[in-house]
Amino acid sequence: MMDAMNNQDLHDDEVIRIENVSVKFTAPSEQFNTFKEYAIRWLQHKVQHCSFLALDQVSFSVNRSEVFGIIGNNGAGKSTLLKLIARVLRPTSGRVRVRGRVAPLLELGAGFHPELSGRENVYLNGAMLGFSRSEMDRKFNGIVEFSEVGDFIDAPLRTYSSGMWARLGFSVAIDVDPDILILDEILSVGDESFQRKCLDRIAQFRDGDATILLVSHNMSLIESMCKRAVWLDHGKVMGVGDARDIVKEYRKAQKSA
Amino acid sequence: MSVPSRAKPVFYDSAELSNPAIEELREVWNYRNLIYQLTRRDILSRYKRSILGVAWTMLNPLGMMLVLTIAFSELFRFQTEYSYAGYVLSGLMVWNFFSQTTTASMVNLVWGGGLLHRIYVPRTSFALAAMLTGVVNFILSLVPLLLVFLITRVPFSPTILIFPIPLLLLVCFSLGVGLLISTLAVYFPDVSEMYSIAMLGWMYLTPVIYPESVLPQNYQFWITHLNPMYYMVKLFRIVVYYGDLPSLMELLPAVLIALVTLAIGWTVFTKKAGEFAYRI
Repeated sequence: MMDAMNNQDLHDDEVIRIENVSVKFTAPSEQFNTFKEYAIRWLQHKVQHCSFLALDQVSFSVNRSEVFGIIGNNGAGKSTLLKLIARVLRPTSGRVRVRGRVAPLLELGAGFHPELSGRENVYLNGAMLGFSRSEMDRKFNGIVEFSEVGDFIDAPLRTYSSGMWARLGFSVAIDVDPDILILDEILSVGDESFQRKCLDRIAQFRDGDATILLVSHNMSLIESMCKRAVWLDHGKVMGVGDARDIVKEYRKAQKSA
Repeated sequence: MSVPSRAKPVFYDSAELSNPAIEELREVWNYRNLIYQLTRRDILSRYKRSILGVAWTMLNPLGMMLVLTIAFSELFRFQTEYSYAGYVLSGLMVWNFFSQTTTASMVNLVWGGGLLHRIYVPRTSFALAAMLTGVVNFILSLVPLLLVFLITRVPFSPTILIFPIPLLLLVCFSLGVGLLISTLAVYFPDVSEMYSIAMLGWMYLTPVIYPESVLPQNYQFWITHLNPMYYMVKLFRIVVYYGDLPSLMELLPAVLIALVTLAIGWTVFTKKAGEFAYRI
């Protein structure tokens, strides 16, 4: 995985490079739930598959410490793209290269267990992000402080309010200090003051060395936060470049549609 | 060239996956803390709300043993070398390990699989954590086993101390089977239902609760020598219950079965794992 040759293929500043990537979803046109059904159909040579391209020959790259926007209508392939970068999906064809640790903030508190205490969940969540115990020991206090859950940290998670739950999830993901942070429509966590804190933290990130991928339908947020952006439509790249220009093009297309 | 800010440079290249089975081993090592944390979660959360807590790990097989002892040694009058209670409990420990860990591998992957959509973790983590949980439970239930031995006067032999060898082989075999059925269950959800029935049938085909000697002569060979679990149960009983060292002919088949099953399970699972997120 850490092949030096390939590592040097990327420019020094490049942290993500997507080359001619396609993702094809194939599903049997009927749903087979049992072996029997499947076996019968298979014997009859009637297992038919239909497929569609969630991403079609997508190429672009993202540079270090850049806030990069991803826009497009629902079903454009944004989530699929994020999954490729987060290593959750492997492309059907093409190549994805990512340098650095990726922390997806896709759904907050994913993998939290209600019976375990906040403390235990923080350690579990950190482990899911690939951190060792001692790394988490160092980060722990910062996480608790940021989440504002206070003394509740040793109470089972089921006693938390939904806001506390989400805040703790956000704090783990953001405080583990990833190289690449994926923000997928997440800025709706908690109350306004917590949101402000999150935005400040993201800005802090941007000023540091981290790269941020921001997915949003909120165009003014994209314009104000991102330097560059990509616009996807039905799995194809409609444009990559300066965020303002891309948003302008996107808006124009929306109006004429 | 800019120096990566963290000590461990992480680099992912989708095109560079010549051997997923080996790659997975490396990732498992990188994520060893996750496996530890998942195991911890499984053990802690299971008994969190019960008053007796982890003691249930020991009480559970004891209760089972008690029921079976009353039912079988009184009703059917099975003859075993030492106490029937010790015989059945030692067999149940092995069987429960196998059935619980393989089921947990499958269930954790399929139901806990929401996680696989959101974040990368080595896909084998769930099965490995299930094995580790099983090992902890197994070791804890040695306590009631020895207690039963003491009460029912099964002689203690120093060969008990080599129980980690049968246990290790059992882990390898269970991991192999667990990975294989997990792969199947991803494609066919029905497998998990079928599996619990299959396990029940398999248990009755294995001398777990009855002694080998009750098997009719003409079936005996088929039920014993063609049944991988026969070797696993037998090996543990030899060192713990009978207090012997296993002969080569008792050890060798178990080692072969365990390693071959593990190799097949690991290879198939890791080869298919890239597709799991499309399916779950």
